[in-house]
Amino acid sequence: MEVVDKSRRYDRQIRIWGSHGQRNLENSKVALINCSATGSEVLKNLVLGGIASFCIVDNAKVTRRDLGNNFLVEHSHLGESRAKVVTALLQELNESVAGSYVEEDPSTLMSSNPAFFSNFTLVIATQVHELETVRLDELCRQMKIPLLVARSYGLVGYLRVSVPEHLVIESKPDNSVDDLRLHSPFPELLEFVNSFDLINMDDLMHQHIPFVVLLLKAAEKWRKLRDGVHSSAVPSAEATISPVCASKDRAMLKDIINGMRRQSPEGLPTDHANFDEALKAAFHVHSPPVAIPSEVQSILDDSCATQLTAESDDFWIIVSALKSFMDNEGNGQLPLQGSIPDMHALTDLYLSLQHLYRDKAEADVSHVEARVQALLKKLGRDSNSISRETVRLICRNARNLRLVRYRTLMEEFGGESSSNRGCSVLQIALHGEQSSLHEAASVYVLLRAADKFFAAYGRYPGCYDGQIEADVPALKSLTTQILNEVGATGSSVSDDCVVEMCRFGAAELHVIAAVMGGMAAQEVIKVITKQFTPAPGTLIYNGIHATMNIFYL
Amino acid sequence: MEDRWHDIDLILNRAGNLVGPGFEPGPELRDLLQSDDTRVLCVGAGGLGCEILKDLALSGFVNIDVIDMDTIDVSNLNRQFLFRPRDVGKSKALVAAERINARVSGVQVVPHHCRIEEKPAEFYKQFTVIVLGLDSLEARRYMNSVVCSFLGFEDDGSTDFSTIKPMVDGGTEGFKGHARVIYPGYTPCFECTLWLFPPQVKFPLCTLAETPRTAPHCIEYAHLILWGQVRQGEDFDADNEEHMQWVYQRALERSQQYGIPGVTYQLTQGVVKNIIPAIASTNAIISAVCVLEAIKIVTMCSPGLNNYMMYMGSQGIYTHTVAYERDPKCPICSPGVPLDVEQSMTLKEVLDKMMVDPVLSTLLKKPSVSYGSKNLYVAQGIFEADTRVNLQKTIGELVPDERPILTVNDKSLSAPMRVMLRFTDKMVM
Repeated sequence: MEVVDKSRRYDRQIRIWGSHGQRNLENSKVALINCSATGSEVLKNLVLGGIASFCIVDNAKVTRRDLGNNFLVEHSHLGESRAKVVTALLQELNESVAGSYVEEDPSTLMSSNPAFFSNFTLVIATQVHELETVRLDELCRQMKIPLLVARSYGLVGYLRVSVPEHLVIESKPDNSVDDLRLHSPFPELLEFVNSFDLINMDDLMHQHIPFVVLLLKAAEKWRKLRDGVHSSAVPSAEATISPVCASKDRAMLKDIINGMRRQSPEGLPTDHANFDEALKAAFHVHSPPVAIPSEVQSILDDSCATQLTAESDDFWIIVSALKSFMDNEGNGQLPLQGSIPDMHALTDLYLSLQHLYRDKAEADVSHVEARVQALLKKLGRDSNSISRETVRLICRNARNLRLVRYRTLMEEFGGESSSNRGCSVLQIALHGEQSSLHEAASVYVLLRAADKFFAAYGRYPGCYDGQIEADVPALKSLTTQILNEVGATGSSVSDDCVVEMCRFGAAELHVIAAVMGGMAAQEVIKVITKQFTPAPGTLIYNGIHATMNIFYL
Repeated sequence: MEDRWHDIDLILNRAGNLVGPGFEPGPELRDLLQSDDTRVLCVGAGGLGCEILKDLALSGFVNIDVIDMDTIDVSNLNRQFLFRPRDVGKSKALVAAERINARVSGVQVVPHHCRIEEKPAEFYKQFTVIVLGLDSLEARRYMNSVVCSFLGFEDDGSTDFSTIKPMVDGGTEGFKGHARVIYPGYTPCFECTLWLFPPQVKFPLCTLAETPRTAPHCIEYAHLILWGQVRQGEDFDADNEEHMQWVYQRALERSQQYGIPGVTYQLTQGVVKNIIPAIASTNAIISAVCVLEAIKIVTMCSPGLNNYMMYMGSQGIYTHTVAYERDPKCPICSPGVPLDVEQSMTLKEVLDKMMVDPVLSTLLKKPSVSYGSKNLYVAQGIFEADTRVNLQKTIGELVPDERPILTVNDKSLSAPMRVMLRFTDKMVM
């Protein structure tokens, strides 16, 4: 088989998660339970992405139904082991991925050889009954292995990550405000700004002064005018992050900036790009974004950070150091991010400004590193065990740190302890006005009811034409039972959805398997690469109305 | 023994309350899906196209065409799963069709290895529904204008529903994507919502030439300025490795000259080719959502998407659906862009007015005009001389109707456009 240059093959995805993310993928071993259409689609996407290996657990044989909904089987394979066939056809997609299979009933395997699952980086369970997923979840939690559960059912689907705690340093949000500190400029930045004499410089230079300088000069004038204070003291972070800035104050700042423009020979104000950029960035001065985003504040306040032990994860030690940095050298701010956006400016001026921010950010890293080492010493750990590189990575991403905790499936599905949370979430959805949320909540309850139906009758509702009519009320009463169990008595699911659920007859449609397979693979990649933020709850996909909702249950 | 299509049949054979308008459950529905009368076109055989073809074939569609002008590249292999390393260099459409036909027995995928512009309008007219797996705005606009050109209107300007050719359009970029359903003349067409797509940002020339600050500036300098100066007469070819290496080296030199960090070969390729990062999972999701909508269009088995769904998968999973509205003045899908004229104006004056109209002037260069089957003025070619005489005739004389809809043709248009004349000097009862 031809071997392809990996950096070329994976180029389009390395541009998303970098070579370190790709390395994580290429080192991961994944187990899949059931390779019907849904499981096959999940694995297809992961194999294409370059995981190290996969192992399929499935004792089914290829049937005619598989030919109708699964791309990873062929007509000539009818009657053969489905796991064997899917394994072989998946391997054709990527010669670097190793595949194997175990032709056993997953349920039996969980009892007879639970240690089997400890070989894997992550386990994926598809089309598994609720009772079995709870068992599997317990097993995976014991072994500290992340579990992903996915289900396709008629035109709807269910997806859930299950892991006690998932830490994300590089969440890489799509929109992140630049960390320019224009509301509380640090000394080196002010020194740079003060080195410019805007009045006396030549026109060419004036047009190419970085907006950061213009804006800070304007800000100084603005504060004096607004506060009536003749002070050039650097305002502290707390003082300047004031409640919503009045519109007249915003207008005043805008006027000051425009007033700094030079005039054309005809006496009209010029429209140079750097001034336009200053106007666009004025909010940094008058309405700066919150210094500590709430998700990050929760992490800083988490007991894992405040109660360190020698066994604490490196992440929590660094977070604790971040906190004490903020209380001291940081002046209530997180470490400076260090990058600046491109802006209209002379090359040298821009590069000087860029170096200034980079140096300051690196100085903050040094402070945090020193505190990390002090903590390590106090905890009796080797001071080299956390590298400066790791500290730097967390400092640069400090404003975007994410922590997701998932309850166990037992907590989601069972008993009294879960009832408060699940109850209110479902009650709100089922009593609310929003139809798509109502329908998604109905689907969630109905999926659980379908599994209860199977447990009671040995088949899924509506799988036989002649029994649909009788199955509808039986399924409905099971939804009432579930809602009672979670303490949401008095709520009810949509009757149309009950009928629809029976209509589905537990069909596994390829298109739905493909949607769920795509999303499941996406979430697996996030967990493995530790980049981007996994869906923090239970996802319900509703193909009837093309909606997706996440429930925190 | 259960049939191969057992799962699809469960949805098609049973009545329900959450179904599309006019849904008639029963075995005839799958017969319709699989009949010679039902043909689907998949435009594109790349990241979306491969998935769309698979999804269509495994949803019961039999007569599928696929069109794509591209050949297979190594960088496609992380998601375009129908292709293997040994296929590099071959036609995407041809290989994709071959693989689907081999894997799914009974399906007949017919490939077309050519540009979408090379097919006549009649080619597109034969399909029941068209699914787009494209990666450019221009290609989408082209397909949109072709499909909208099939539209017929009643006298009162309402759409003749029998002329509607539905289209499903998908797009992805990293963890983001969209799926939309277009019923031309009913939902907004692509042109109606062109404002959704902000113009691509280009670096100002003075930045590239005089004040570069970032690595991309150095790269675009080498690509857009230096190449033309140094390698005159040679067209830059982004797929030519020697060309790309040349640009990279010059960009690197420039960056070193200015002290700018960050120029790498990978970044050079990304900037010059405008590479959009792509992964299998997003393509799989969006394609499947699109094909599900195609199934709904043909069978009415479930309510259709109304009409634009955005998908965001990088921070959690989030979708948002908007029911955009048609632009009643859309030059592509409305009964006609309105133009106020006087009956006493000459045809030439009417044409001149078109050329200064804020909407029409952006689309036309040298328009030809006809009314029904009658050529009023043909701007180029052998009929120019014959029709020139009409330019001096009044429009009232040439087109005696109340609210005439003129058909405007122009080289710069991909399909004819409609302009509806409103006579300001005539009493309309």
